[in-house]
Amino acid sequence: MAETTAISQTQETVPAPRREIVLIPPVDVFEDENGLNLYADLPGVAPDRLDVRVDRNTLTIEGKAVIETPEGMEALYAEVRSPHYRRSFTLSSELEPEKIEAKLKDGVLQLYIPKRESARPRKIQIKVA
Amino acid sequence: MFGNLASLESDLLRQFDQLAREMESLFAPLRGMSDIRATGRGAFPAVNVGVTPEAVEVYVFVPGIDPDALDVSLQDNLLVIAGERKLDYLAREDVNFYLRERYAGEFRRAISLPEDIDPERVEATYRDGILRIRVHKREAVKPRHIEVKTG
Repeated sequence: MAETTAISQTQETVPAPRREIVLIPPVDVFEDENGLNLYADLPGVAPDRLDVRVDRNTLTIEGKAVIETPEGMEALYAEVRSPHYRRSFTLSSELEPEKIEAKLKDGVLQLYIPKRESARPRKIQIKVA
Repeated sequence: MFGNLASLESDLLRQFDQLAREMESLFAPLRGMSDIRATGRGAFPAVNVGVTPEAVEVYVFVPGIDPDALDVSLQDNLLVIAGERKLDYLAREDVNFYLRERYAGEFRRAISLPEDIDPERVEATYRDGILRIRVHKREAVKPRHIEVKTG
């Protein structure tokens, strides 16, 4: 009996998932002949705190900013209220997510998602009859 | 062995969460309070300001900018950050844009700092798109410990 009580207490003390503020980073997306380019502002995110993943047809960008704050600092004023960035996009089937190239420099993520060879535009010759 | 790996990972995650929580608790209670010079929501660059007994800490979120191209000046208590963010790809004619959200062009932000700063002692560093400016407080205004002597 005592054991059962102990177990139920342990379960109760498991913390409930905490609601976290997530920032949506601004992005630019544009297409050229061979693929899609995506640029995202992720200030404070170092390469080891960045996660770019594709699950089925969903591309998710997630990062945590590291902001060095001295001990005992009190906030006077803040426009950025969370270090957590996340944004997802749906990819269409002509893209090749396994060939995504990613670069992160000065807090800007640059992604290149190539199109399948078959989906690249071909110039169609028009024959004059 | 994998058990150990799993616990290592969850420990790391916990540390990240801890960091996130600290950030939130640090900056979250300020909803509704803003500086008179603050520009609207989504202004570029975003700014956070904090204070310690020694200094005022200013964080300017300027991703993708060459720090040499940033102009930071301090006159009396007004800190001004100016610069330009050029997005070269905007000039490309061979592309179609689907989303255009990133700030492009010149910017200027002015932040009024507390009165007790020493404008001669300022340090600025840039890392991963965040410009951090530390302005030290004047020596005289630091809290001093006063010893109480027994009569």
